[in-house]
Amino acid sequence: MDEMSTNIYLPHLMVIEKITNEAPGVKTFRLKFKDEQEGEAFQFKAGQFGEYSAFGEGESTFCIASSPTRKGYIECTFRQAGRVTTGLSKLEEGNTIGFRGPFGNTFPMEEWKGKNILFVAGGIALPPMRCVIWNALDTRENFKNITIVYGAKSVNDLVYKEELKEWDERPDVNLITTVDPGGETPDWKGKVGFVPSVLEAVAPDSENTIAVVCGPPIMIKFTFPVLEKLGFKDENIYTTLENRMKCGVGKCGRCNVGKLYVCKDGPVFTKAQLNDLPPEY
Amino acid sequence: MNNLGRTAAQLLEEKSVALVLGFEEGSKGPRPFFCRKAEDAGRLILDERCNHNLATYLTKKELIGTDRVALTAHLPALRTILQLSAENQLSEDRLIVLTTNEKGEAVRFDRFEEISQYLADRPLELDPSDQKLIADLRKMTREERWNFWMAEMNKCVKCYACRAACPLCYCTRCVVEVNCPQWVQSWSAPLTNMEWQINRVMHMAGRCVGCGACKRACPVGIPIHLLTQSMMEDLNNEFGVVPGTPNEAGNVLSTYKVEDKENFIK
Amino acid sequence: MMENLHISKRGLEKWLTQMIEADMHVFGPVHTSEKVDFQRLTSSEEVATDYVQTTQSVKRFAFPKAEVLFSYQKNGKETTLEEPDLKQIPETVLWKVRPCDVAGFAPLSGIFNWDYTDKFYNARREKLILISFSCTTCDEACFCTSVHGGPGNTAGSDIQITELPDGSVLVEVLTEKGSSIVKRFVTESEPAGEWVKENYLADVPVRFNREELHQKLATAFDSSVWKEQSERCLGCGVCAFVCPTCACFDIQEDAKGSSGRRIRCWDSCGFSLFTLHTSGHNPRTTQSARWRQRILHKFSYMPDRLNQTGCTGCGRCSRACPVDMNILEHLTSIANHG
Repeated sequence: MDEMSTNIYLPHLMVIEKITNEAPGVKTFRLKFKDEQEGEAFQFKAGQFGEYSAFGEGESTFCIASSPTRKGYIECTFRQAGRVTTGLSKLEEGNTIGFRGPFGNTFPMEEWKGKNILFVAGGIALPPMRCVIWNALDTRENFKNITIVYGAKSVNDLVYKEELKEWDERPDVNLITTVDPGGETPDWKGKVGFVPSVLEAVAPDSENTIAVVCGPPIMIKFTFPVLEKLGFKDENIYTTLENRMKCGVGKCGRCNVGKLYVCKDGPVFTKAQLNDLPPEY
Repeated sequence: MNNLGRTAAQLLEEKSVALVLGFEEGSKGPRPFFCRKAEDAGRLILDERCNHNLATYLTKKELIGTDRVALTAHLPALRTILQLSAENQLSEDRLIVLTTNEKGEAVRFDRFEEISQYLADRPLELDPSDQKLIADLRKMTREERWNFWMAEMNKCVKCYACRAACPLCYCTRCVVEVNCPQWVQSWSAPLTNMEWQINRVMHMAGRCVGCGACKRACPVGIPIHLLTQSMMEDLNNEFGVVPGTPNEAGNVLSTYKVEDKENFIK
Repeated sequence: MMENLHISKRGLEKWLTQMIEADMHVFGPVHTSEKVDFQRLTSSEEVATDYVQTTQSVKRFAFPKAEVLFSYQKNGKETTLEEPDLKQIPETVLWKVRPCDVAGFAPLSGIFNWDYTDKFYNARREKLILISFSCTTCDEACFCTSVHGGPGNTAGSDIQITELPDGSVLVEVLTEKGSSIVKRFVTESEPAGEWVKENYLADVPVRFNREELHQKLATAFDSSVWKEQSERCLGCGVCAFVCPTCACFDIQEDAKGSSGRRIRCWDSCGFSLFTLHTSGHNPRTTQSARWRQRILHKFSYMPDRLNQTGCTGCGRCSRACPVDMNILEHLTSIANHG
């Protein structure tokens, strides 16, 4: 099919292979391409996102939460919030949904070879990072120390609970989980405190380290100053932006911030790039 | 500086109001002007060309906030202010209304009751050419009338200028902006454009003051004001609602009595 | 292939009539109640004469106000998708568009072909034949010359016609498409001779310097000018919808039970919902922020990224705006005073 005849708004058909209930209102879908050839040809890089269709409701933007090193399926994690996510939440294994992608830029993991990586995430923002984390762990020899600081409102709200266990058990990963004060259960063994303060207490070394931060705006707002205090330079702090999106290909204008389109020039940005953007995201 | 300008300047100088909402000369006739400084008051005009309904701005919190403002109003805007007040959208203490009467004299209202009395001598008269158009429409068969309006709706681009210009459309989340469920489809197609207009007209029942802002705002010239005007005629005939004044028996759409007649249900 | 012809008034009417009678889809400006807009012509007499500009642009012929992207059918757990057949789109002649209308297709093509190609836009644009008439009159809302356009600008036109005082016309045949139209439908013509087009064009004074504007805008983000200019803005979509270059769109679902269609429709950055997140967070909560976005996107961001200005100076937005948000006035104020 030549490029001129490709319908960029037409989704691939995907079958829901597995649904995992991560937390109240939060689900992970494991998706297989209905057309096996499409599945085999499909490639993406860490950080990219897709537009997922619930036919009859519309499309919603989620990152591709699985790693590109794992073939045969892609995963997305979402919270039920509006019309489309409610439609998706009603679906069962075996149902068909749509997927357009991969869109957007990627985490430049090639440039991070030989460095330490610090992951900082909050709540439902772990999914975009999970892709990078798995990618890094699958190519573990490329990186030095890997530290993950992840927190959520309460123990129940932590996503990827099984994987957190796996990461915790690995000797080559330093995982620190925390819940907000009041969110702990009697048998909770992790930390208690907001992510920025826990990060400050853990005080990872900023020397030769890349920081990848993802979370709700309020968490980011308080995490950036902590990273600055710890000596992280703005060019070495990465984050993914969320903005309202529809087309995903830089045409509908919705995600336009300053000169950039979050769907084309992002969603991965360094803090240095964010500093130049008008505060419209 | 005319009378109006002098009054406005004085109000601003003595800080009785933070803003005088009026008209100034624009590039194609009068346009809304937000006068915040006494020295700009000379730009204020109010003549028979000033027909945009400035009351639209009174419900915009981001512009007015909790400031006390003055507004220069033409007759329809005065009616609008009374309707807005009947709907608890305006506070008397934060609004001074200025107008000029038929003799060109400046009139100032500090209380809504004063506006009521002023309007008592000036009942709403529906435009005769519009009345003729409505009469012509009513003479058509149902099918002819439907075809007429669907042809008009074909021109509609769903810009919502009609909604934006109407001072009584002040919902922070309009019914068309709700997508769970999607009551009215948001794209432009004749039937769904008709659905939007029907919705709008129903929501205007008993509230529309016939200012014509919707018609003037429409970029493609659809005479949508005929819909709200014919609604006014219907309400007058069926419920005795006087066009252009807040209904004493309550809001037409949301007031219900067990004895209400239902003979229109067939 | 560049050919300049002179055609009599009668010859011009015959040309138009031939195209209409050949069942070509010919659209031209027609008076409708109080407005002038493009409609399908059934006779050459319908073409409006004494007006400056139509209310709406002609972008809808390549970028319709609503179009189907695909349709779907659900069957239990399965879903099948079907694409619309774009080959069915007929050849369409746009007769008597203005140079600023034609110029509008340049930024549109830029956006719709930027990295990813939009086959819907391209398929429709491909079928358009643009026969523009140069402007012999203008009004105070026009400012094509300030955005590097002009009343006799031929960029993008397949044929450009200049009306002469005696009713005859000068015809510049500019592209293959134009040439083929002339071959098929023009029966009376002679070489252009000594007629000089520039003598008949409207005088559209330059009102601001586009480069100066661009410079001023680069540092104007926090200026108070946005709030001042946008106070009376009602937040409707008129300016975006009549604009020949505005391409912002929404994607919606037309669902009926187990089948439906995905629709692409016009949208505007001026609507408060445009950037609203499902969480309730809205990056642009005030009308002044949205007004600023409109201007910066057209005159700062697009030139920087696409090398196109998002404006052709047609003045439609100013004429159609219910509250006279006169874009020329606003731009001149920023460019000349900063």
